[in-house]
Order: sequence, then C-alpha cells, then structure tokens
Amino acid sequence: MLTSILLSAGFALMGAGIGAGIVAIGAGLGIGRIGGQAMEGIARQPEAAGKIQTAMLIIAALIEVVSLFAVVVCLLIALGDYTF
Amino acid sequence: MLISSQTATAAGDEEDKTGFIMHHVKDSHEWHFATFGNTHITLPLPVIIYSSDRGLEFYMSTQFQNPETHTFGKAYAHNGYYIDEHDHLKALDENRSFIELSITKNVAMLFIVLAIVIWIILSAASHYKKHPGQAPKGAASFIEPIVVFIRDEIALPNIGHHKYKKFTPYLLTIFFFIWFGNLLGLFPGAANLTGNIAVTATLAIFTFFVTNLNGNKDYWKHVVATPGVPAPLLLIIVPVEIIGLFTKPFALMVRLFVAITAGHIVILSFIGLIFVFESYAVGLASTVMVVFINMIELLVATIQAYVFTLFSAMYIGQAVAEHDHH
Repeated sequence: MLTSILLSAGFALMGAGIGAGIVAIGAGLGIGRIGGQAMEGIARQPEAAGKIQTAMLIIAALIEVVSLFAVVVCLLIALGDYTF
Repeated sequence: MLISSQTATAAGDEEDKTGFIMHHVKDSHEWHFATFGNTHITLPLPVIIYSSDRGLEFYMSTQFQNPETHTFGKAYAHNGYYIDEHDHLKALDENRSFIELSITKNVAMLFIVLAIVIWIILSAASHYKKHPGQAPKGAASFIEPIVVFIRDEIALPNIGHHKYKKFTPYLLTIFFFIWFGNLLGLFPGAANLTGNIAVTATLAIFTFFVTNLNGNKDYWKHVVATPGVPAPLLLIIVPVEIIGLFTKPFALMVRLFVAITAGHIVILSFIGLIFVFESYAVGLASTVMVVFINMIELLVATIQAYVFTLFSAMYIGQAVAEHDHH
C-alpha cells in the first residue's frame, strides 16, 4: 500500500514537471510566431517599426500570462502536500 | 501520513531548500527582511481581531511566536488564538467565529504604496494649482505624459469622446496603483502586493461594478436578449453572455496575479539554485540571470498595469457605447 501511495505521488510530480515543459513549448511557439510576424512587418515597412514593436510587446505579455496560468497549476501540484 | 514534494527528494537532503520561495511570495503576519545565522531581522506587525463577544482586540505578532526562531505555532497560543504553520490565524476553540483585520505584510505594503502614489499625485496637482499655464516641473512633469497617454490612447479611443471624461479618473487611479504596486514589489525586502489574489480580485471587482453600473440599455439588451439571434439559440447564448459578464473581470484578476507572482517565483528560484548547488560558478551565473530577469520584470510590471487599464477601458466602452440603429 505504501508503494502505491508513493507511486501516485510520484506520478503527480512527474505530471507537474511534464506539464510545465509542455507549457513552455506552447508559450515559445506563440510568442515566436508573434516575433516572426513582427519582424516581417518591420522588414516591409521600416517606418512603422515603433508601432509594431509596441504592439508586439503587449501581445507577447498577454500570451506569456496564459502560459503562467499553467505554470502556477504545475507549481501547486508540485509544492502541495498530499495528506492521506 | 503527509507526503509532500520534500519527501520525494533524495534522502541525503536534510533541510528544506525551496520553502523560502513560497514564504517570500505569500502574505505573512510579520515582515521578514533577513536572517544572519541566528538573528532574524523582522518587523513585527499588529494582529487585530474582531469577535462579537470580545470586540476589537489588538496584539502584536511577537506574542504568537517563538522569540528566538520566530516560528509560529500552536504552542505559542495567546488569549485563545494562535497562528499555524501556514500563517493563518486560528482560534483554539474550533467553533469560535471572528473577523481578522490584521495589518499583515501585504496590508502594510498597500499603505506604503498608497502613501507614495498619493504624495506624487498631490504634489503634481499642487504644482498645477500654483503655476497655472506654465510648463510642468518636478512630479507634475513626471506624471503629465503618462496622464495624457492614458487619456488620449486608452480612454478616448475605447470609451468615445462623449463619456471618456467621466471614467478617466478611475482608469488613472488603477493604472498608477497597479504600476507603483508592481514596481515597488520588485525591491528586495518589499512585499508582493499585486501578486496577492485578494488585491487583484478587489481591483477586478471595482472594474466589474464600474462597467455594469454604467451599462446602458443597449448593453443589457445585448446580454439578456441579444438582437438578431433566433429564439432557440437564445437559450444557449444568454447563459454564455451572463457567464461572460463574470469571466472578463476574472481574467483581469488572474492575469495580473499570475504575471507578478510568477515573475517573483522565477527570480527567487534562480536565487535558490545558488543554495541547491552551493558553488561559486552557479552563484555568478545565477546573479547575472537574476539581474536580467529583474529588468524583464520591470517591463512586465508596466505592461501588466497598461493591459489592466486598457481592458478596463474596453469593457467600460462596451458598456456605455451608443449604437446607431439602422
């Protein structure tokens, strides 16, 4: 019985770690896309560089926060105390 | 049986090396600055309790803790109350009901941020009163570009030129409060004010009331009886719209809370790495990373204040928009 409890706690921690990794992939893909499109926009029209850069930073902050939602969930799993 | 992530670590580790992260990010009944060996540099804070039979009671947090190690616990109960290991105030009698009005670390930080924001704004306002029509100097020259930016780029385009003046003071207040709260929380030794979900929940509730109390008939018709939708679909659309009324401030609350708390946790984790590895090379690399991430957090502080204000302005704009019907 002890092994099964330790196994479930172990799986929970593993889930938290894998979840955080997948979240990082999601955030990287999303923000990388924004950065890429912003670069293209600036390359097409260098006069609009200031506006594009501002918009890019703001949208990147919004997407990053979505990834942080998931990171907080993983942290809660990892640092929680499982009482039996 | 209690299994936490600490038991899952290797059997060689005696101490808990990462508990300080949550301890720094959460609220606390005393303001802990540093610990050198056995001396703790802390600022004890008042514990204020209101109960219906005993009325208002004032204590200091030192009365609930061990004088040497500054740990709280049931063993240091005082007058029927104690603070447990999760820093919650509890009564020894389980059925006792009381309201806790303590000045905790975050409340003290709130007062400090309040004092600083009010001081800056009032000195700018008094400058405008004493020198009407002249170029601003001092605090006035600091806040004037920001106020003009919020009025012209956030309030005016989103709310419309008829009604924006009524809501600009609210938007300015939340912008300055969140901005200064975020920035001051990044100082070492400061408390994590806007990373407390109760604070961001209160700000989101303010936005909720400001939008919905000022909603005009078109806004409420859009929520309860969306025009142009056939009757069977209304059964689905109306609950979704009503839930949408609540998810918007909920998203505001979680966005600000998570952005600031996660930033603090990342900075603290890099510092914790130094103690986990106990090597000079890791210390140097960690310090460089911490400085770099602190700079990013300054940017995030400003962006999150801007985003909160922008979304509040957008929701207010949706609530007071005048549709011209065809």
